[in-house]
Amino acid sequence: MRLEAIARPSPLRRFGPPVFALALTFIIGGLLALAAGADPFATFGLILKGAAGSKFALLETLNRATPLIFTGLAVAVAFRAKLWNIGAEAQLYAGALATVIVGTKLGLPGPVLIPLMALAAIAAGALVLLGPVLLKTRLGVDEVVTTLLFNFIMLLFVSMLLEGPLKDPMGMGWPKSEPIPRGARLPRLVEGLRLHWGFGLAILSAVAVWVLQARTTLGYEIRAVGQNAEAAAFAGVPVGRVMVKTALISGGLAALAGFSEVAGLRGNLTLDVSPGFGYTGIIVAMLALLHPLGVIATALFVAGIFVGADSMSRAADVPTYIADILVAVALLCMVLALAFTRFRMVRG
Amino acid sequence: MSTDNAAQGGPVLRLSGITKRFGALTANDDISFELVRGEVVALLGENGAGKTTLMNILFGHYTADEGSVEVFGKTLPPGHPGAALKAGVGMVHQHFTLAGHLTVLENILLGTEPLWKPMLGRRAAREKVAKLSRDFGLAVHPDAPVSTLSVGERQRVEILKALYRDARILILDEPTAVLTPQETDALFETMRKAVAKGLSVIFISHKLHEVMTISSRVLVLRHGKLVGSMTTAETDRHGLAHMMVGAEIEAPDPSGARPGAVLLSLDAVSTPADGSRTGLDGVTLNLKAGQITGLAGVSGNGQGALAALLSGLVTPSDGTMSLAGEPVGPWSPRKALKAGIGRIPEDRHTTGTIADFTLTENAVLENYNLPPVSRRGWMDWRAAEAQALEIIDTHDVRCPGPDTRIRLLSGGNMQKLILGRVLENGPKIILANQPVRGLDIGAVTYVQERLIAARDAGAAVLLISEDLDEIIALSDVIRVISEGRLSPEFARGSKTPAELGQWMAGQGYDNAA
Repeated sequence: MRLEAIARPSPLRRFGPPVFALALTFIIGGLLALAAGADPFATFGLILKGAAGSKFALLETLNRATPLIFTGLAVAVAFRAKLWNIGAEAQLYAGALATVIVGTKLGLPGPVLIPLMALAAIAAGALVLLGPVLLKTRLGVDEVVTTLLFNFIMLLFVSMLLEGPLKDPMGMGWPKSEPIPRGARLPRLVEGLRLHWGFGLAILSAVAVWVLQARTTLGYEIRAVGQNAEAAAFAGVPVGRVMVKTALISGGLAALAGFSEVAGLRGNLTLDVSPGFGYTGIIVAMLALLHPLGVIATALFVAGIFVGADSMSRAADVPTYIADILVAVALLCMVLALAFTRFRMVRG
Repeated sequence: MSTDNAAQGGPVLRLSGITKRFGALTANDDISFELVRGEVVALLGENGAGKTTLMNILFGHYTADEGSVEVFGKTLPPGHPGAALKAGVGMVHQHFTLAGHLTVLENILLGTEPLWKPMLGRRAAREKVAKLSRDFGLAVHPDAPVSTLSVGERQRVEILKALYRDARILILDEPTAVLTPQETDALFETMRKAVAKGLSVIFISHKLHEVMTISSRVLVLRHGKLVGSMTTAETDRHGLAHMMVGAEIEAPDPSGARPGAVLLSLDAVSTPADGSRTGLDGVTLNLKAGQITGLAGVSGNGQGALAALLSGLVTPSDGTMSLAGEPVGPWSPRKALKAGIGRIPEDRHTTGTIADFTLTENAVLENYNLPPVSRRGWMDWRAAEAQALEIIDTHDVRCPGPDTRIRLLSGGNMQKLILGRVLENGPKIILANQPVRGLDIGAVTYVQERLIAARDAGAAVLLISEDLDEIIALSDVIRVISEGRLSPEFARGSKTPAELGQWMAGQGYDNAA
């Protein structure tokens, strides 16, 4: 058996496999539910109900999707330029850290603080990715390794600060920061609904990234570098500089996830601000085929599965792990399916 | 190895009704022929005519949709390269498949020795290789690491590899493309010896004079069909060319050059070697307006470094590069473009274009950052498309439209887009690195005519090619490169191919300035 490239995939071949991948995901998930002794259809029904069955459930899903949109965009932007940023988690924490420091230490009024916190977060996230990307462009150090390792460094750094200078004196000894003032929290998107402006900012960011990629000179440069850096360099694209700009955008986007979680949802910084949003962002971006608007959809899908699985688990006694498995299977099926949109199996 | 069938002068190889389709394209259409013992058959055809596909089927890399391959009277199972090897078919590919850090002997033995006793019978093997070397005129030192060998020597190792495996049928795919004229003569001598010993050779080429020299029969492929099969004696170059292309062709006429001022000069310029790439070694070169300077040489002798230098990818480590008399400062591809250097890169697939970009996106690759395509950081896609349409129109790029991804275009159309991109900017200096390699004759003629026209309009053209015939046909003056050094300038017609071949082989440089 060999794989043969297809020059012009037909519409069926382009859209069929992703649909098939989704179907396969649910078939495998259903079998797992069966193995756990539950009715698969009831299980998926409960997941759907838990994710979107009520106003509360839906808002919970949107809230959960917000940081995933940011980290998904961060990954999508970087991967477009073949900059393998695995460190969205570190950039997220850097953003959260900058948000809390600006929010608690400056003593400025809320309306001034909000934009300041956002800018500080973007700067912090961008800075965290700047090191690895300069190592890559100057010395050829593999950014997969450096960005990945930065995740651990950053988490330990935040832990150190939360035990030391940032520790909330009123926190009963828990490693958490002081809360940022009420007036510096992100306002509700719609009055009375538990959904903050972080979600709105995420959607705007996705649109902005889309416009950047499709309409701007920098977007063209990023795509050229990602598709073929050799040809881009030959044609005069400043490859190193484009990489750095891409890193700044990517790091800034991931940091906004931290900003939005702290300023929009939690109000303070703890070590569990992110249950791996940075890593899940990679899945979100890959499922969206790196398309910024697709990231919105896949972030909602992934968030929905996680939120739905939580409530399903309580009702049906199927472990919540099924959510992780579903997301992982979805990614594997999608990657495999994508291969079949561009290649066909040939005997011999 | 040979059966009664072959011993009686029957065919050693028979292809019957081979058909291979790739989607809508029929690469081989019902091709049948026979090869008999002790003959050289030339397989002639343009790029894309189906030569390589046919040989890949014969060798088992591809499975034919229809038809069968018989070697010494036995049908080969389709899709098994091992079976072809075993049956006595040896193939020397255009791109060699040798391990650079192993010695010649080790490369030849690779895959023939049992795993558990790799040193078993080394002495016998060495003797066999030495005998083959003598018998076939393939001089090469058995203990030299392959990485130290010249291209011609590596080819000899590939042939020895096939002979060591007792090949009775040798397939040589464009073997002379990388050789000097002297090396080509030596290869032909080897082929004659092989045939005299009863081997059969399939010689794939598109160089007509070589086909006329060495082959006893010629098969001509065109668009996947076998359009001609004749003994070499009953045809001539003109007839073959006509059959190969299916139409009359006229070579472009480069006479009437009117050289002007020096537009670019290199004065004792050296560049560092980069990995396996040879650097330049004290090169002095003047490119004059209205003149085509041809750079001949065996591949890998510094052509890449010179092209990279002129493209802006490399800066001189020593010596001065001047544009119109002014020494250049910091140097980059953008600076080169700004200085009016149009660049046709050696590899149009990996360097010249971005495969998954559309024609429009590729058309603006070198001026995407300048108005009207880019204004204040925003792309004007309408202006970009207009530029693409202009090139498509002027240079007859055959494509479904400017939104087509460029990977779907044929090599010729891709090259026309690159040529258009270069010429639209009205370059003062044109670097044409292997501009017609792999193109069909129609596209070759077009590209060459445009280069001559650009010269007549006052551009200084540097033509780099490994094909000496192309250099001789087009160049007003010729320089030869060997190990990073340049020969003196030779006026058109002042040196024979054999004399140039000696320079290509590295002779004469010590006396040169």
